[in-house]
Amino acid sequence: MSGTSEVLLRVYRYDPSNGGKPRYQNYRVPTFRGMTVLDALIYIKENLDPTLSIRYSCRMASCGSCGMTINGLPRLACFTQISELRSKYILVQPLRNLPIIKDLVADLDEFFNKHKLVKPYLIRRDVEEQENPREQYRQSEEELERYVQFAYCIKCALCYSACPVVSTDKSFPGPQALAQLYRYYIDTRDEAREERIRIVDGAHGIWRCHFADSCSQVCPKGVDPALAIQLMRREMMFGPSKG
Amino acid sequence: MVEVLEHDVVIVGSGLAGLRAAIEASRVSRGKLSVAVVTKTQVMRSHSVSAEGGTAAVLYPEEGDSFESHIYDTIKGSDFLADQNAVELFVHSAPREIIQLEHWGMPWARREDGRIAQRAFGGMSYPRACFAEDKVGFFEMQTLYDTALKWDNITFYQEWFATSLIVEENRFRGLTAIEMKTGELHAVKAKSCIIATGGAGRMYTFATFGHSSTPDGLYIAYKAGAPLKDMEFVQFHPTGLVPSGILITEAARGEGGVLLNAKEERFLKRYAPQKMELAPRDIVSRAMYTEILEGRGVEGPDGMSHLWLDLTVIEPEKLKRRLAGIREICVKLAGIDPVNEKIPVRPVAHYYMGGIHTNIYGATPIAGLWAAGEAACISINGANRLGSNSTIECLVWGRITGEAAARYAMENGFSSSLPTEQVQKEEKRIFDGLLGKAPRINPYEVKKKMQRTMESHCHIYRDEKSMIEGLRMIRELKQLPYMGVEDSSRAYNTNLTNVLEIEAMVNVGEIIVTAALQRRESRGAHARRDYPKRDDQNWLSHTLIHYTVEGPELSYAPVHIDKYQPVERKY
Ligand SMILES: Cc1cc2nc3c(=O)[nH]c(=O)nc-3n(C[C@H](O)[C@H](O)[C@H](O)COP(=O)(O)OP(=O)(O)OC[C@H]3O[C@@H](n4cnc5c(N)ncnc54)[C@H](O)[C@@H]3O)c2cc1C
Ligand code: SF4
Ligand code: FES
Repeated sequence: MSGTSEVLLRVYRYDPSNGGKPRYQNYRVPTFRGMTVLDALIYIKENLDPTLSIRYSCRMASCGSCGMTINGLPRLACFTQISELRSKYILVQPLRNLPIIKDLVADLDEFFNKHKLVKPYLIRRDVEEQENPREQYRQSEEELERYVQFAYCIKCALCYSACPVVSTDKSFPGPQALAQLYRYYIDTRDEAREERIRIVDGAHGIWRCHFADSCSQVCPKGVDPALAIQLMRREMMFGPSKG
Repeated sequence: MVEVLEHDVVIVGSGLAGLRAAIEASRVSRGKLSVAVVTKTQVMRSHSVSAEGGTAAVLYPEEGDSFESHIYDTIKGSDFLADQNAVELFVHSAPREIIQLEHWGMPWARREDGRIAQRAFGGMSYPRACFAEDKVGFFEMQTLYDTALKWDNITFYQEWFATSLIVEENRFRGLTAIEMKTGELHAVKAKSCIIATGGAGRMYTFATFGHSSTPDGLYIAYKAGAPLKDMEFVQFHPTGLVPSGILITEAARGEGGVLLNAKEERFLKRYAPQKMELAPRDIVSRAMYTEILEGRGVEGPDGMSHLWLDLTVIEPEKLKRRLAGIREICVKLAGIDPVNEKIPVRPVAHYYMGGIHTNIYGATPIAGLWAAGEAACISINGANRLGSNSTIECLVWGRITGEAAARYAMENGFSSSLPTEQVQKEEKRIFDGLLGKAPRINPYEVKKKMQRTMESHCHIYRDEKSMIEGLRMIRELKQLPYMGVEDSSRAYNTNLTNVLEIEAMVNVGEIIVTAALQRRESRGAHARRDYPKRDDQNWLSHTLIHYTVEGPELSYAPVHIDKYQPVERKY
């Protein structure tokens, strides 16, 4: 399977201790069938240049580590085949809308903090039962279906990086956090609907979204945060749906 | 000067075991203890997210399942090397964890009556695997991560790489860790500690583990004086996707997929004529390995021979519907569409039964130090773990050790001050000894050679001659001048953390082969060609591996047997 062809990666390099000027560096990498952009970056690190910093772990689109901007679009490096890019040159940059730690590694602290702000956990009145369970809470398959798609989120921040509102308003929670808000809001086991509405009902909250839909287009897990935002706004305008 | 942080409990690792422990320590103390989670990845990125299939527990005894049956399945699966009192505790504690996760938001699949659904899993005599689509580990991680955010007393130190444990007079004092964002070394002083750093991971060229799964957590505990146990037992799964090692689940064969060799022959007819592709994991893996060894494999990239998993025999519409996840993996991660192409697969390193030696409550012989999850050897898995038992093991012992470490912290004060010599030594070793010092030998080459040695000398089949040779090769690698870090920058220097990981890998490779070489019998996942039979007379015992400067030193401890006397393991 090992082929003789090559691909050229043009990679964003940045080291804060080196005067902090970003630059680009080119690397030629031999390709094989099925090679992903992550494989190519690891090849560079292990064979050509150990100083390149990358964040990755699962290499199977489950852990959300390897989000970066590839040929202009936010993507997971492990989920992007070199061949699907149909190009001999690949431009690799870190995620947008986030500070950069080094090279391709973005700082996700603000992104994680926004996730935390929406209280992403079940809130119940029967705290004693919730913490010392005796009986299952029942839930039907249909009730499960209403939120499970939004629970696919791997927190990769691709949507956050693509969101035009985030780029102009840093207090906007962003598509990921809003989708998680809706995920817990619509879960039949949750009992904090009003509280959840209050969290995002401000000037910099859910109403800032103007449905550019960029988030849903780049999401690698089919979460569709734009849909979650739309459904949540409907709840807020017309009152809670049944359940 | 190294900054010293203070916490009551410090947990290393944020997989299922580490997160479950952090929540329990918080709960037991009603949020009063300060709990630190030190983890080299971002919290959510731990390899537990990749578990797909299921999590075992007896939920409905009134419908026919029983504790007895889960206990016996586990002990038999372990080839009688599991400690029976540990298995008993395990099985009885499991159901509560399933419902606890459900109460915290886990999207378990449901039955008609709205209760949690279960499905069948290999080696389990009753369908008792709870599941959530084919993303069980991912959803469990999400549930625990999100729930942990409720607790303000938990501090996450994400992307902090633990480099050593500080132990004084056999008592845990603290640890050192590199904050990757800044490159600073910190010391964390704590009253108690839980190691939850996962399995030994990518010791083989070909493994289902993600890149962050490496044995550095095991190695720092071992060097601090905690013995390892049963490290020779490594589980291989039949179908890893070549060349990445990504797991292709059994469902592919369950739906009708067949295995073929280079001659396009369904070779399993010679090994398991009745069950064919659906024979137990170890039998299929061994058959595949034999085919490859005897030259009926297909030559693949990196000299890696493989066989074919043929799903084209499945009706395309059914394949697209029933095996959508597998198809997506093949298309997006390997560029192969299984609707019209065969998938290259070979047996793949998948799970380590061994780990840090603990008692049945997860306590190590070092006071104040516990271990949980795949990093620990309790032992419930013995010589072979059953699918769906490890995620639940993480949850059960996450809870048990979380509670124990919290109680210990509440009853014990801090020692006066952290011994500083070791912190200074660590600072010197990393910043003066490694950083910015280009090594003469590429450490990544050493890693590859170590992995290839494990692949060729201590794999599914083992024998004395080949392991002696493998051990010699690994010891040679250990001596090479690869310990150096070409990258001299402080920020996010993964060249540095990689080199520390590779050091741990080479040393743990030596441990695995040493233990495997000594065990002169075949049991569970440990199959010796030169000793093909299980030998209860001489080997019904756990291997304990102790650190010495010269290398690993072995001793043996009896297996705890209560009710179930060993019998031949037949399916
Ligand atoms: C592909 C795959 C599928 C699986 N499917 C199933 C299944 O269906 N059912 C089942 O029961 N089991 C399954 N397993 C097994 C199960 O997933 C694992 O055994 C389990 O998730 C391990 O969890 P853990 O908490 O012990 O460790 P991990 O999830 O591996 O976490 C280890 C943690 O330790 C941290 N760490 C490591 N070293 C350091 C260090 N030096 N400093 C700081 N932090 C460190 C890491 O950052 C990480 O947070 C599967 C395994 C794989 C690989
Ligand atoms: S919603 Fe999608 S794109 Fe956004 S963080 Fe989650 S998985 Fe990533
Ligand atoms: S490495 Fe985990 S999502 Fe890409």
